[in-house]
Amino acid sequence: MKDKNQEAYREEAQELLAELEESLLALEQSPEDDGLIGRVFRALHTIKGSGAMFGFEDIASFTHEVETVFDLVRDGKMAVTRELVDLSLAARDEIRAMLDGSGPEEAPTKQEIIAALRALLPQAAIEAGFVLPPPPPQDNSGAGAAVTYRIRFRPAADIFLTGATPLHLLNELRQLGDFNVVAQTEAIPLLADINPEHCHTSWDIFLTTSRGFDAIADVFIFVADDSELDIQVIDDGSEAGGDYKRLGEILVERGDLDVDSLNRLLAQRQLIGEALIGTGLVGGDQVHSALVEQRHVRAAQKKRLETEASASIRVPSAKLDQLVDLVGELVTVQARLSQTAINFQDPQLLAIAEEVERLTGDLRDNALNIRMLPIGTIFSKFQRLVRDLAAELGRDVDLITAGAETELDKTVLERLNDPLVHLLRNSIDHGIEPPEARLQAGKPKRGRISLTASHSGAQVLIRVHDDGGGLDREAIRAKAVDLGCLAPDVEIPDKELFSLIMSPGFSTAKEITNVSGRGVGMDVVKKAIEALRGTIEIDSQKGAGTTITIKLPLTLAIIEGLLVTIENDYFVVPLSVVTECVELTRADVARANGHKIARVRNEIVPYIHLRERFDIEGHPPAIEQIVITEMNGSRVGLVVDQVIGEQQTVIKSLSRVYRSVAGISGATLLGDGTVALILDAPQLVQGQAAELAN
Amino acid sequence: MSAASITETGQYLTFQLDEEVFALDISTVREVLDFTKITKVPQTPDFMLGVINLRGSVMPVVDMRLKFGLSKTEPTVNTCIIIVEIELDGEITMLGALVDSVQEVMELDADQIEPPPRIGTRLNTRFIKGMGKQDDRFLIIIEIDKVFSVEELAIAQEMGGEQMDLAENA
Repeated sequence: MKDKNQEAYREEAQELLAELEESLLALEQSPEDDGLIGRVFRALHTIKGSGAMFGFEDIASFTHEVETVFDLVRDGKMAVTRELVDLSLAARDEIRAMLDGSGPEEAPTKQEIIAALRALLPQAAIEAGFVLPPPPPQDNSGAGAAVTYRIRFRPAADIFLTGATPLHLLNELRQLGDFNVVAQTEAIPLLADINPEHCHTSWDIFLTTSRGFDAIADVFIFVADDSELDIQVIDDGSEAGGDYKRLGEILVERGDLDVDSLNRLLAQRQLIGEALIGTGLVGGDQVHSALVEQRHVRAAQKKRLETEASASIRVPSAKLDQLVDLVGELVTVQARLSQTAINFQDPQLLAIAEEVERLTGDLRDNALNIRMLPIGTIFSKFQRLVRDLAAELGRDVDLITAGAETELDKTVLERLNDPLVHLLRNSIDHGIEPPEARLQAGKPKRGRISLTASHSGAQVLIRVHDDGGGLDREAIRAKAVDLGCLAPDVEIPDKELFSLIMSPGFSTAKEITNVSGRGVGMDVVKKAIEALRGTIEIDSQKGAGTTITIKLPLTLAIIEGLLVTIENDYFVVPLSVVTECVELTRADVARANGHKIARVRNEIVPYIHLRERFDIEGHPPAIEQIVITEMNGSRVGLVVDQVIGEQQTVIKSLSRVYRSVAGISGATLLGDGTVALILDAPQLVQGQAAELAN
Repeated sequence: MSAASITETGQYLTFQLDEEVFALDISTVREVLDFTKITKVPQTPDFMLGVINLRGSVMPVVDMRLKFGLSKTEPTVNTCIIIVEIELDGEITMLGALVDSVQEVMELDADQIEPPPRIGTRLNTRFIKGMGKQDDRFLIIIEIDKVFSVEELAIAQEMGGEQMDLAENA
């Protein structure tokens, strides 16, 4: 049981640490932001508090030291400096290491951080023996539920003589939480009789707060002796909504009305408020006040309901994977049902099949949606990375992110981390020039790297843009010719030329740094992106910067595919790479003189004859089909016998046994249960190119 | 890893390839299926017949005749696919073994099993766990993990579609 709690704490602490890091980095940008300081403090505080509770005393005591400093910052006794942020980040890493259970050999670092933090404390604080007061007990039990109070405050008539101002008291209450006030003005005498030095007004106040009874009593501490003060809990925050009391009940509860009169009135079936005022049993102000109370409590309850409804639950991701698997199977079965229904031509069956199809579609979208995470979860990590790396390499760089809310499948997201890290490193190391060089080139001293994500149809676009030196076209050309990827006299478009830097062993960096330049980088990035069924494109302007665009499918589990046949075998081409389909007749083949090239609207498109490539026996039909794909800006056709149509494709892995089969990325099941193979178009094209080169 | 490791009475599933009877430790067998349509995966060796749809998952199938150096299986009514669990690269994987016919589940005592002969079989001795005696016949007890080891499958892929001769002592 304890282990379970500790595990939960670890998870929570990891999240808090992420939040801490994010806030610290933001704080560095705007050191005056009280909200951020508060966030940092709260994160530290919770790490400490729950740490002590679950037996992580070392973390608690260490975090305490950092928290002490931020408590001073929060009180405005210390300024946020770069040094402080550096130390706090170091401390964060340290806490993380402790969480991961690294051994005691880390102790010296801990001591160093603590010593450095203490050195930062203003002298006065140390002399005063500053220690952070122990957290109030209710903090440990969480934020405490919001409770709604009814406060009836009738100040003594001579309250002004004591120097107290009821207005200030009300304003003070307003700070405590969600606040509504109704003034009771019925006691105000006629103008002729009024004593302007007396207070004739009383107030009904409805306050929803989590600060507790004492906080409210404290507000009235100096006037409580003379005034009438009645504080009552009217909604303790435990019930999840429903209707609040009726107007009559409220008035009775307050003692403004007795039960008998209420019942008599209710029998008359008028609007109770009007009836009450009409009979003069209760004053208009009192009814108004009761109505406000009703509204206030209902609003508070509604808010609570909403927060409860929007609360999230933790689910192990394995369960989600299983759900998606099951939905995948359901989609397959549904396809089979639809096909059977069409074969039977039974209207009733067809109607059911259609219904199932619609529901399955919704279910699929929903199930996949659950696995979606905003890409911002990895973006925030990059702020730290860029900051540290820029410092290490002597660059001045800002990372600007946009589209953090763009959602991607969890698996895709996890596997996207490394490639993006690599691209960012490249941008800092090769892209952004050192500050002096930038000034000379007439650019701002600080470089900018922007990392943006956005949706585009069923794909997600991720762009890494830097305003650095850009790619050196000629150097890449020379290197490409050197490596034999390019004939010296061939001109190719920039896009294709730039994509050459993603070939294995390609690096034009003059020196190898710790970070990049070994020529293993970009091809690894490319492979990783392609493994995610994505594509990558490079665009660059010399002197103005480089933009790398990654296109990724939203999910890995289910794709839109184009179903094609060769002889009796079915294949699926991912629709994301398909641009069009054209016919290939015998005459076309004859005209090309044995070259595998087709002419599509005066454009030359090379093609791969899949029947030959896959050694499939039999004879091709007189008219074959070319499925034209576009990858990395170049168009390549895949020749098949027949194109059947679009198909929702649930991707099944092709077993470990077939792990290294080139050109096939998986399998899927068709409506009738037949297995169709999913073609890996980029790999096919690459394989063909490699074959030609040999 | 030989007959010495077989000390208790065990249950075996016997199947036939050509005229020869083989036996598999029953604990490695998941189920036995009738022959069904197999989708060939291109650019793989001939003995890797392709994949089938097993209740929603994709299962590779191997032609045991080709794997053991016999001629390609011509499907008959008796042709079966035995789904076996193997340990590949430290992970449990399932695959189907296409055989001419499945015969029975039988018990063999430890004393009915002898170590594999060093010579005299058509099969690579690495694949043989032991020789079982039943009445007057011999059963070849197969070490299924060895037959479908990473090396076997990897060799297969490098050699492409070429027919392989796995029998060292043939």
